[in-house]
Order: sequence, then C-alpha cells, then structure tokens
Amino acid sequence: MRTSARQRSLNRFAGLGLKYIILLSLIAVMMVPVATAVLGSLRTTGEFLAQPFGLPQREIQWQNYLGILGDDAFWRAFLNSVTITFGVMSLNLVLASMLAFVFSRIEFKGRGLLFNILSFGLLFPLVVAILPIFIQVRQLNLINSLWGVILPLVAFGLPGSVIILRGFFKAIPRELEDAAYIDGCSRVSFFLYILIPMARPALAAVATLQIISGWNEYFLPLLVLNDPKLWPLPLGMMQFQGQFGTNWSSVMAYVTILMIPAIVFYIFAEKYIVTGLTGGELKG
Amino acid sequence: MTVLPLPHTVEPQLVRDQQTTQFNKWLTIALFTIPGMLLFILFVLIPIFQSVQFSLYRWDGFGGLTEENYVEFGNYTRLLNHDIFQSAVSHSLLVIFGSLMIQLPLALGLALLVGRGELPGRKWLRTILFIPYVFSEVITAILWLYVLHPNGLINKMMGSLLPDYNSVGWLGDRNLALIAIFAVLTWKYFGFFMLLYMAGLQGIPQDLEDAARLDGAQEFQVLRFITLPLLGSTIRLTIFLSVLGGFQQFVLVWVLTQGGPVNSTELIATYLYKFGISRFNLGYGSAVAVVLFLLTLVFSLSYQRLFMRQDFEYEAS
Repeated sequence: MRTSARQRSLNRFAGLGLKYIILLSLIAVMMVPVATAVLGSLRTTGEFLAQPFGLPQREIQWQNYLGILGDDAFWRAFLNSVTITFGVMSLNLVLASMLAFVFSRIEFKGRGLLFNILSFGLLFPLVVAILPIFIQVRQLNLINSLWGVILPLVAFGLPGSVIILRGFFKAIPRELEDAAYIDGCSRVSFFLYILIPMARPALAAVATLQIISGWNEYFLPLLVLNDPKLWPLPLGMMQFQGQFGTNWSSVMAYVTILMIPAIVFYIFAEKYIVTGLTGGELKG
Repeated sequence: MTVLPLPHTVEPQLVRDQQTTQFNKWLTIALFTIPGMLLFILFVLIPIFQSVQFSLYRWDGFGGLTEENYVEFGNYTRLLNHDIFQSAVSHSLLVIFGSLMIQLPLALGLALLVGRGELPGRKWLRTILFIPYVFSEVITAILWLYVLHPNGLINKMMGSLLPDYNSVGWLGDRNLALIAIFAVLTWKYFGFFMLLYMAGLQGIPQDLEDAARLDGAQEFQVLRFITLPLLGSTIRLTIFLSVLGGFQQFVLVWVLTQGGPVNSTELIATYLYKFGISRFNLGYGSAVAVVLFLLTLVFSLSYQRLFMRQDFEYEAS
C-alpha cells in the first residue's frame, strides 16, 4: 500500500519532532550544571544553598564578580595564563611547521626513522613522564620559571602538531614546488612564502589546539611553579576554591568568569578546533 | 632533438654544484629539525628513559643515584603487591569499560541523530553538545564538586521531587564516588567522540543507504549492515582513544576526590602522584610510570596490529 503524500509529510514532522524532543531534553540536562554556576554567581550563597537552581530573588549580587575582578591575584594569574598560552602556541607552531616541512618535502636518509621517533611521543601523555620531567626542569634551573611549563608543553605537543601539518604539506602539489625551484626559489623561501601561507587553515587548527592545551594545563604548573605569583588560572582557581570554598556564590562567579572566555573562544575557533580534532574531515 | 653529451670539461663544475646543493639541503634539514628535535629529546625522550633508570632505585629525588640505593626490581615487586595499586588498576579498567559501554554508544547515537538527515539548526545543536569538552578539567571538576555536594544541586533537586529523599554525599561514599566520577567524565568527553563520529558519517555516501532503503531495508537494517560497517574505522579509532584516555585520566579525579574516599576512586595516575611524587618516592613513582607506560604501549601496539591495520593501509593508499 502506498502512503499518501500527506501521511508522509506527517511522518516527517513526527520524526523531526521526536528528534528535537530527545536532543533538547538531553541538552537541558547537560546544561543544568552550567546554568547553575551562572545563576549561582548572581545570588548570595544563602539563596544558592536554599535553592541551587533558580533566578535571583533579590538584587543581582555583582559583588561576587567585583570581588574577583578587583583582586590582583586574579589578574596576575590571567597574565601568567596568557604568557604560557602564547608561548606554547607560538613556539609549537614555529618548531612543528619546520619539522613538518622537512618530513613532508625533503627526502633524506633517516627521515622515516626520525619521524617514527617523533610519533613515538604520541604514546606518552605528560602524566606518564611528569616525574622525570620535573627532575629535568630542575636540572635546567627552570623551577619557578614559566619556561619550565612552556618548554615541556611544547615538546609534548610537537608530535601531534607535526602529524597534522605534515598531512597538509603533503597535499600541496609537487609541481608547485618544482616550479618554485625552477624560478630560483630556495627551499627556505618556498617554505616561508609559499607553503606557510597555503597551510593557514592547518596552522590555525594546530594553534587552537595548542592554545587550549596551554590555557588548561594544571599538572605541570602545579609541580614546577612553587611561587603563587606565577600561577596560571587553573591553579588560581584551585587556590581560590581552597580559600573561599564555603562561599559558593564567589566560587561559581570564578567558574563563570573562566567559562565565558572558553565558550567565546570556542565559538570563534570552532571551525579550526573541529578541523584539528577530526583531521579536516568534518565540515560545518 | 637529441641530447648532446656534455663535454668532459664541464664535469668538475657540475660536481661542485651538486656538492653545494647537497650541502644546502643538509643545512636546511639541520636548521629545521634540530631545534624541535632537541626540545623533544630534552623533555620527552630523556625523561622517559630516565623513568626506567630511576625506577630501579629507592630515591627521593635529591642527591645522586648510588649503589646503596639500587634496589633492582624491588619497586616493581612492592608495587605489584600493593593492594591499593591493584585496585587503582581495576578502577582504571572499570572507567575504560564504562566509557566503551556507555560513553561511546551515547556519542554514536547522538552523532546519528544530529549528524544526518533533515534537522534545521544542526550546527547549533552540535555546538551546544560539544561545549562541556571546551572547559578545562579544573573548571569542570570544581563545577561538579558543587553539583555533587551533599547540599548541592542534585541532592536538592531530588529532595524537592521525592519527599522522603535523604541527601547522598556522591563523592564521599565509597560505593558511589567512582560512578559519580564516571558521570562527570561522560559529561565532559562525549562531545569529542560525537564529533569524530559525525566526521566519519560525513564520509559515508548517502546513495548507498538510499539504495538499501529502496530495496526495502528497514532503518535498523540500514544502520546495522551499511552505516555501522562503513563507520568501522572511526569506531576503531574512538575505542583506541577512549582506552588511552582512560589510562591517562588524572586532573578531573584529582580535583574531585584525590582518589578517595579510602582509595575508592584511585586511578593509576592518581596513585602515581600520591605515592610517588607527593611523598618524594621518585624511584617508586617512576616504577608506576613505567608500568603505566607499558600498559599503554602494549595496548596501542597490539590494538593497532589487530584492528587498525586496515585503516592505516587504507589511508596510505
């Protein structure tokens, strides 16, 4: 029996409606903790404890935010985070693109071996080697220096970045390179003036992943930085929570302050994050 | 046109040219690889080999490694016989098992729901579902610390829904803490796997599924016999990443429970931190790190050999 056109469009709407109901209820459940933090930060701790999920009954408690934003410790942590993030991103980008260039464009004996050694690094998360890294950082006199955080993070990020960039560099046609060389272009200028501009989307993907890794890192600064003045935001957040843990509204304000840049950055960089994580397969 | 043989007199010049290009090539290689490789060797390779060396000593991290400190495999036998380490391994395996059984199917289901077919607002739905993944582990953990608190969101909500409800300390109860942690892990990471599945789904030609439907296949048959098999390489990759991620889990658990109460949420990495680093047993901690590394290495190599070989071959072609 053939279903009528009317029946079919009815089915379509029912299917779509069901999809929305499932997805929106899931999103609602998922977002409750986030909304709780935002709403909690706008109320007093008393209100929050009486009714964790609810709109402000009295006036909005901006002082929860002002207390944090007026504190030097927060801005110091912010600046440290920016320094670490910028250092990790730029150094990783420069070193990884140079390595990826050699691994994708210059043939030489031992290239495969070198590349395999580097890829081997993918198997080691920082957590596994944290102990000897700490000792290495100490031997290099980098304890209590932001470099002691930046350099190991760059080193551990290199294998992943090189693999992403190498894939992109490889995809650029050989003929282009030959033409450039015939025109008298040197290897270095081919790299700087042709390859790098062409690989901008891949570089952006690598940069965003490195920004996330630098901004979020908690473990390494915890070990390497003993001086609270050098702590980045994740450690600042932990310290704040330790000090004002019972003042729930203030902690939620701190959490909200840190969630906002993450969401804004994500919305702007979504394309690159998605490219970086899925190897360029997923399109908007 | 025939190629004229070059006169003999030109040859030395040619050889010299070739030598300079060879020199230039190696100079470029050296300039481009040395800085990166040096950093990699300094902070990745040397520390890894040092772990192995340190693990053979009883060492607090100060002073040299001496013959009196040498304990051979003492750290390893102590470690493998330590009941807390054994339970840490089993907790890590439980988390991994849970991820494979709950987190990945959830992510796959959502990817099927969001990733294909008619769905206005698809991009926004995907963006929102991915949001927990963009928060740092510390923010996530602190947020959930308050959600799971005895006076926190979940208990208050349950209390208002059920009149006889008694508050539960989700993270303070030995039997519940690991489950609570698993819920947080799922909340944070499912979006990442959903994204990978969506990428995989985009690679499957729609015509194939349409053809099957025309031939009278039911939706679940299309899913079972066409979509899922074609998604095979993505599924194998997500299993791989999920297992590795499970072994390496640290920050979230550390901030939420520090492995407690009474070691009931101890994972391999929190054990490493607690018994190795914070007690200055660097030799012992290195032994934990080596075991953790061997676990990941054996898993990665055998998994890639057994299940992912065809994917690599496919990629290479």
